[in-house]
Amino acid sequence: MRTLTEGQVEIGSVLPELSIDLTPTLIVSTALATMDFTPVHHDVEGARAQGSKDIFLNILTTMGLVERYVTDWIGPEAVIKRINVKLGVPAYAGDRLTFTGTVVECDEGEYTVEVRGKVSLGDHATAAVAFRLPSPADGTAAP
Amino acid sequence: MSGRDSGVHEELMELAAKQAALGEVRGAVAADPVNEPMIRHWLDAMGDTNPAYLANGVAPPAMAQVWTMPGLGPRQQTPVDEIMSALNAAGFTGVVATNCEHTYHRPLRVGERVTAATRFTELKGPKTTALGEGYFATWTVTWYAGDDPVAEMLFRVLKFRPKERKKPYPLKPAINQDTAFFWEGVKQGELRIQRCGDCGELRHPPGPLCPSCRSANRDHIVAAGLGTVYSFVVHHHPPVPGKKTPFVVAVVELQEGVRIVGNIVDCPVEDVGIGMELRVTYSSMDDELTLPLWAPREP
Repeated sequence: MRTLTEGQVEIGSVLPELSIDLTPTLIVSTALATMDFTPVHHDVEGARAQGSKDIFLNILTTMGLVERYVTDWIGPEAVIKRINVKLGVPAYAGDRLTFTGTVVECDEGEYTVEVRGKVSLGDHATAAVAFRLPSPADGTAAP
Repeated sequence: MSGRDSGVHEELMELAAKQAALGEVRGAVAADPVNEPMIRHWLDAMGDTNPAYLANGVAPPAMAQVWTMPGLGPRQQTPVDEIMSALNAAGFTGVVATNCEHTYHRPLRVGERVTAATRFTELKGPKTTALGEGYFATWTVTWYAGDDPVAEMLFRVLKFRPKERKKPYPLKPAINQDTAFFWEGVKQGELRIQRCGDCGELRHPPGPLCPSCRSANRDHIVAAGLGTVYSFVVHHHPPVPGKKTPFVVAVVELQEGVRIVGNIVDCPVEDVGIGMELRVTYSSMDDELTLPLWAPREP
């Protein structure tokens, strides 16, 4: 895995689409990995009793997947500074989450990517992710 | 808002101010230090193959909150809890998160043990939303490694009073390819009449073929919604589910020249007569169904 350099990222750069099948296994394993034991993320009957149609992705996972989507593209040495997510419709088990993204801003070496995570019901997450690339001088990420 | 509700509003706002005045309240230190097994488990579940975290001994930034999650054990109280209880008690029992914003100051290193500190920032409302009337509650959490703030989160939820669903109306229209445009129109407050796409003849009820020229081409016009009673019956018995007897079923002759069947409302049944002037009115029968009904035209 290599990290993109400044010349390879510019305003308007488009991230490759990433689609993730939201299997019950993914919903449950991410809920547990994020230490979130709220029943709506692992108990189908519990979720239905609360008016949801199935178990759904928890917010900590949404944050993690948005982060992963951006770092999958820019590479391991970039540093994520901020992730702002506006939460939309639930991402239910059995659905598919598709991420798209575009670089929209560059301010003194800090890039902002706009990310959309769509499911069949609409936008699950609309996010702005800020990151820095490793500085070319020393090969480490700028502070 | 009623007087009682405005009292509730004052109380909620007072409590919000009190909780905000508490400032940042620190919780207990995380049960486990930042550690490789939890990082590996997290990366695995997320499908995140970034090798840098484990190679460099740092946690993925988005994991910040994970270290202080309560797990299955009892949850620690924060300044937010009292606000949530008060909103629940006031009937704002629904909850949906609307914003989650993370800021990362530096990566968390394996071996560090974090503490979460919560600050209640704002209660805004009441606001009318698609889910129902509600309040937006916002708080921030800062994660510290020792005294060093490493990450922050702004979290906002909407606490709403779930909309009461109307009892489903027991009589449902048959909606199919021929009639869907009509019911779509009713939802938008339009009385649509099918028109032959070739000879232009208007027809109701809608169907697949023009009775005059046999054309299958069709579109529709929007009727003015004015008509007169062509004929009618007053139904007294037997009882009909969803309807109070007696009620009037009329054949209404529209200005446009076609006839349509409907109930006459907002008028004593004995006042209905042939030739009576009517206008259409739309009545929401339950959360899905709207029906066109007929009322006496204003003089």
